[in-house]
Amino acid sequence: MTQAVSIPIQDHDLLTGMRSFLTAIMEKSGIDAILVPARLSVKNRIMPMLISDPACLTEADPLSPAFPVNAAQQLTRLTRQPAGGRLAAVLRPCEVRAFNELVKLNQGRREDVLIISLDCPGALSNSDFRTFADGYDSLDAASRAFAATAFSSAPAGDLPEVTSACRACDHPVCDGGDIGIERFGDDQATDPVARAHTESGQAALTGLDFPPPQAPAEGRKAAIQSILAVRRRYRDGMFAEVAEATNTIPALSTYLADCVNCYNCRGACPVCYCTTCVFSTDTFRHEPFQYVQWARRKGEIKMPTDTLFFHLTRMAHMSCACVGCGQCTNACPNDIPLSDLFTYVARHTQGAFDYRAGLDINARPPMNGFEEEEYPEIVGL
Amino acid sequence: MEPFEPAIIAFVCNWCTYTAADLAGTSRLAYPKNIRLIRVMCTGMVDPQYVIKAFLEGADGVLISGCHPGDCHYINGNYKARRRVKLLKEILPRFGIDDRRLRLTWIGASDGIEFSHIMGELVEQTRELGPMLPDLKMVI
Ligand code: SF4
Ligand code: SF4
Ligand code: SF4
Repeated sequence: MTQAVSIPIQDHDLLTGMRSFLTAIMEKSGIDAILVPARLSVKNRIMPMLISDPACLTEADPLSPAFPVNAAQQLTRLTRQPAGGRLAAVLRPCEVRAFNELVKLNQGRREDVLIISLDCPGALSNSDFRTFADGYDSLDAASRAFAATAFSSAPAGDLPEVTSACRACDHPVCDGGDIGIERFGDDQATDPVARAHTESGQAALTGLDFPPPQAPAEGRKAAIQSILAVRRRYRDGMFAEVAEATNTIPALSTYLADCVNCYNCRGACPVCYCTTCVFSTDTFRHEPFQYVQWARRKGEIKMPTDTLFFHLTRMAHMSCACVGCGQCTNACPNDIPLSDLFTYVARHTQGAFDYRAGLDINARPPMNGFEEEEYPEIVGL
Repeated sequence: MEPFEPAIIAFVCNWCTYTAADLAGTSRLAYPKNIRLIRVMCTGMVDPQYVIKAFLEGADGVLISGCHPGDCHYINGNYKARRRVKLLKEILPRFGIDDRRLRLTWIGASDGIEFSHIMGELVEQTRELGPMLPDLKMVI
């Protein structure tokens, strides 16, 4: 069985190299359809596309800094029951983590899908991406410009900054899928390595006629360490700011003051797992007299109501599963830095149960189990 | 000025703590009027949102109380409640809701005396913490 291959790159054209690799995977590993970020035919924009014709892979763009949705949500649509064919999916590490969380909740299956993940330099918010992409003649040119410096230690020049969630992400490494494409330490002198992390990954690589890795990527470990150090520093500073800004209920209300209860953040969150959220039900379509009674009691109430209630409940429901993808912030029409807040809370809730969302497919979600004897300090006055 | 009277919402399970409250009543044991009991079938059905809503509506304390370990009528609802309380105790204090405002106790069906004692103690402790949201207008 093949553990790793190298992906041949000509003229530093990584994008074309990646497309050839995906084409080979599709044709030689018996993949019927692949979910991959690709260019929309109607406009210079990237979306996850389900591609069944390998010829369409010329539109695939796994290097783009666009991250319009967390594709884990889409992958559950394809895998919650057997799809009648073998699938592959190209995912960012936080998408793999989100998918793992959903698999644990029986909303998707890993059996029928070959997951290919790439080391991740971070992504742009939707609005930053549009501005960035529109500055180039083609999306390919934009992606190449981003990819050329994304992993280099040189300053990024005039590239826009990746999202706050990405700058704080402490697991950008491609080891969660079946095949990982390694780019940390990428000096562009050696070709990138595709490494299998599961048996199905090995089987897929075995079928390809790709050369073995050129030389062990020495710089990789050091590059990962140094980027993690930078990200942790950013994250700690960001968490300290959030903690300070939200340490009372009025302060939290201030943080969320621009919220209009559109629930986009929930819709975009890959791990808000309910098929029908309680906040979309009639439970919160209160009787008219109720609103008036609240207003009487408090003197005034904000309409729409229940904003803080929604956010705190969401934290209680899903923070143990938050993978830090930043899509909540990306989706908010009112620029509320939601992922800063949710990842901050998630760090503490996951820490309390010694759990890290999405990393270990076999670890049980904290709210899905219990021990007979645990947490004695919680009980009693 | 009137002394501060805390309002405490208590989610009590039908089979143990509610029965204990009933026993306290029929035994003519007093307990403070600050506690509003909400009977639920099991502490395992107390979604975190119930607790959050109670606090945002101005409850000064929330109690969840059910059967002792091993006695749950639904086998393990009280263990689930314990995890959820642990979860909430990680979240709520970050936003200024004192950890001691949320309590979990096991009070069995025959513990009428213990019930009235614990309620008295709970009200005293919550009184010391002061009001949860002095200006209710802030709550949305
Ligand atoms: S809460 Fe935000 S950062 Fe966390 S998983 Fe959901 S969308 Fe991603
Ligand atoms: S907020 Fe809670 S109820 Fe709503 S979708 Fe998320 S997890 Fe489900
Ligand atoms: S997306 Fe923004 S405005 Fe909409 S509910 Fe979430 S925080 Fe509020």
